[in-house]
Amino acid sequence: MLAFIIKRFVQSLVVMLVVGLIAFVMFRFVGDPVDQMVGLETSIEDRERLREVLGLNARLPMQYWNFISSAAQGDFGTSYQFKRPVADMLGDRLPATLELALVSAIFALCAGIPMGVFTALYKDSVLTKLFQAVSLVGISLPTFLIGILLIYVFSVQLQWLPSFGRGEVVDIAGWSTGLLTSSGLKALILPAITLGLFQMTLIMRLVRSEMMEILRSDFIKFARARGLTPRAVHFGHALKNTMIPVITITGLQLGSIIAFAIITETVFQWPGIGLMFLQAVQDVDVPIMAAYLLMIAFLFVFINLIVDILYVVVDPRIHIEKA
Amino acid sequence: MSKFGRFLAASALMGAFATSAMAEKSFDYAFQGSLKSLDPYTLRETFTLGILTNVYEGLIKRGPNLEILPGLADSWEVIEPTRWRFHLRKGVKFHNGNDFTAEDVVFSAERLNSEGSDMKGRVPSDATFEIVDDYTVDFILASPNPILHYEWELWSIIDKDWAETNDSVRVTSASDTAETPISMMANGTGPFKITEHTAGVNTKFEANENWWNWENREFNIDKVNFTSISADATRVAALLSGEMDMVYPVPTQDIKRINSSSTLAALTGPELRTIFLGMDQRRDELLNSSVKGKNPFKDIRVRQAFFHAINAEAISSRIMRKQAAPSALMISPFLFDNADQFERLAYDPDKAKALLTEAGYPDGFEIRIDCPNDRYVNDESICQAVAAMMAKVGIKVNVNAQPKAQYFAKILASGGYETSFYLLGWTPGSLDSHNIFANLYGCRDDAGKGGMFNIGGYCNPEVDALAKEILVENDAAKRLDLVTQAYKIVTDEVGYLPLHQQGLAWGVSKDVSVAQRADNVLRFEHITKN
Repeated sequence: MLAFIIKRFVQSLVVMLVVGLIAFVMFRFVGDPVDQMVGLETSIEDRERLREVLGLNARLPMQYWNFISSAAQGDFGTSYQFKRPVADMLGDRLPATLELALVSAIFALCAGIPMGVFTALYKDSVLTKLFQAVSLVGISLPTFLIGILLIYVFSVQLQWLPSFGRGEVVDIAGWSTGLLTSSGLKALILPAITLGLFQMTLIMRLVRSEMMEILRSDFIKFARARGLTPRAVHFGHALKNTMIPVITITGLQLGSIIAFAIITETVFQWPGIGLMFLQAVQDVDVPIMAAYLLMIAFLFVFINLIVDILYVVVDPRIHIEKA
Repeated sequence: MSKFGRFLAASALMGAFATSAMAEKSFDYAFQGSLKSLDPYTLRETFTLGILTNVYEGLIKRGPNLEILPGLADSWEVIEPTRWRFHLRKGVKFHNGNDFTAEDVVFSAERLNSEGSDMKGRVPSDATFEIVDDYTVDFILASPNPILHYEWELWSIIDKDWAETNDSVRVTSASDTAETPISMMANGTGPFKITEHTAGVNTKFEANENWWNWENREFNIDKVNFTSISADATRVAALLSGEMDMVYPVPTQDIKRINSSSTLAALTGPELRTIFLGMDQRRDELLNSSVKGKNPFKDIRVRQAFFHAINAEAISSRIMRKQAAPSALMISPFLFDNADQFERLAYDPDKAKALLTEAGYPDGFEIRIDCPNDRYVNDESICQAVAAMMAKVGIKVNVNAQPKAQYFAKILASGGYETSFYLLGWTPGSLDSHNIFANLYGCRDDAGKGGMFNIGGYCNPEVDALAKEILVENDAAKRLDLVTQAYKIVTDEVGYLPLHQQGLAWGVSKDVSVAQRADNVLRFEHITKN
């Protein structure tokens, strides 16, 4: 197990180095950071001095090396725009994104699995048709459109829920949470649905098809023949066996929930890392962009590792040596 | 503290309780951009400086119509052409209770021109200062400067003692790698105090009951909450849903939607910003053009033809949905008294064609226009409309629209002025014509020395000479005459193709009343709420 984890760790380091390199090559095409840092009327001499101080005149490999070597020591540099260490800024904004991602993942699971089971068991029910229609919407409409539609209905027309921001947050040991105030919880509903709708659809469809497949298999027939209750057959045996792909997908999707939060966060002006990244792109704030991309890369690698380990726990037939 | 003073403080405190017992009025608003550093000298950008003038104040102030009013200076006089005397307001206190005196003015002036400041030049760097007494200060200039104080509303006066005790004498510069205290907290003399600031997210303000003009205040709000909402649709939704009292800017297509609501209104008006097209008159061969070996824009007939081919009225009514005023000059008519003497060249495609034929391009030519797509109102659509209009006279214009970060990196001095035909918007920071002649019409070299934003490289030594005279002419009538002369020359030579004054659009709840200034600055002191 340990050897497996170490091997994966080395692989992930390589992945992250490559991500960092690609990011640095890309930054060349994003624009000139200095133009975004000073007013229009700042003189050329002052701009040049700034460029020198920021190390922007160094050659690209040198800039990359500087970044990687300090990132390895946990220093992601200082934001050009905010003059604050990027690590601190990510730390400040991360709770917002993680809370949103977590709540939307829970929403996706809690709604997706029962809907999947239901549609697999009652294929001709009216409700099944409705669920499938919803899932079609979830899978085909782009996130920003869903967000804007939800805002239009629930904020502008009904005025039930806020259209932007996190509401009131409470600070607990450096972690700002919106889960403890009513305005914070209200503010979470629309973004969480927007972000989770696609995943919910995915999980529902996955559970449905896996479930239908398994319900046809021999061991279910035997279970039924043994006289087990339908409840025990469906949930104790069938559902449990559909869980492997669901865990994989949910795990991998958790990464993309965090990564795709960029769009949801922009639509709802949710002050998380996704919004910060998007603003950094507009402001050519290279340190934030670089740190964010590395963090997301790390997240994906890390989640993959966890999923691999979970496999072993759930299904004893899988042996690490073969993986 | 004397007994009387204590009594005053106590009654002020009771007053504070009394007002907080009444319903507090809070004004919530959202803007597209965000407020990062609170240091008023870090970034020369109108929004940042404008929001900070609610907290800090300048020696002068500008009213709802941008008229110059006394601010922290009660009055001023030009004693000699190069010596200005400012009489400071007495009894003004900073938020921390310190007195405002001449020392603070001199300290702020020196800090303004120090290393790392983005506001250099707002006080001439070769000026010296003399403190006559605690409430009188002289500015001694190297050469006369009639518009010395024009930009000073947005030059915030900082408390010397406070800056020294809080390690904030040094300006938080763009190259800094750590925050300085002054970038996170503010201590001004203004009508509002900052109570909470999350850089890039939101900022909360509270009325300052110790403000020197508290007794005569116009506003009746106690709190202001500013939130940055960058997505247009979300910003408008926040207003429609009643969460915000005001949002700006409002996209032109949403103005109708806001006006159709019974509780909201769109406040519109012309902005000071002029949107224009620039033509490369410096290179010997245009970039991205079919004409090789020569530069058609060096021929005045071609420039005139381009002007005649553009239908600015159509752009203003169709693309800007009437939220723009076609412009004959490179400056807003607000800022130039003789603007009514100038007219646009008429829209006349036939004449344009004739001029092109005369210049030797009967079949037109091909050229690329560089254009931002996220900087000005409908910028990319304007370029596309221009391309369509040019096609009618045989000029094939290829539109190359880019995000502002890439666009400015390419077309400005740092990018080597890599464009031969471009769209740009300009607001003279000083609210005066000299800024236009210096930055947009001044001759420049390849590195940008001279008219740094004269991207097309228009050059006429006569205009440069006039600009120098305008800079030092103290007599208002003579100065206006010189300015008019200079505009005559540059307009006759078609140095640029002005399009329109971009419109301002604020979405405001009918419960509040605000003063919309043409420079897009929102001053809390003019806000009242029912």
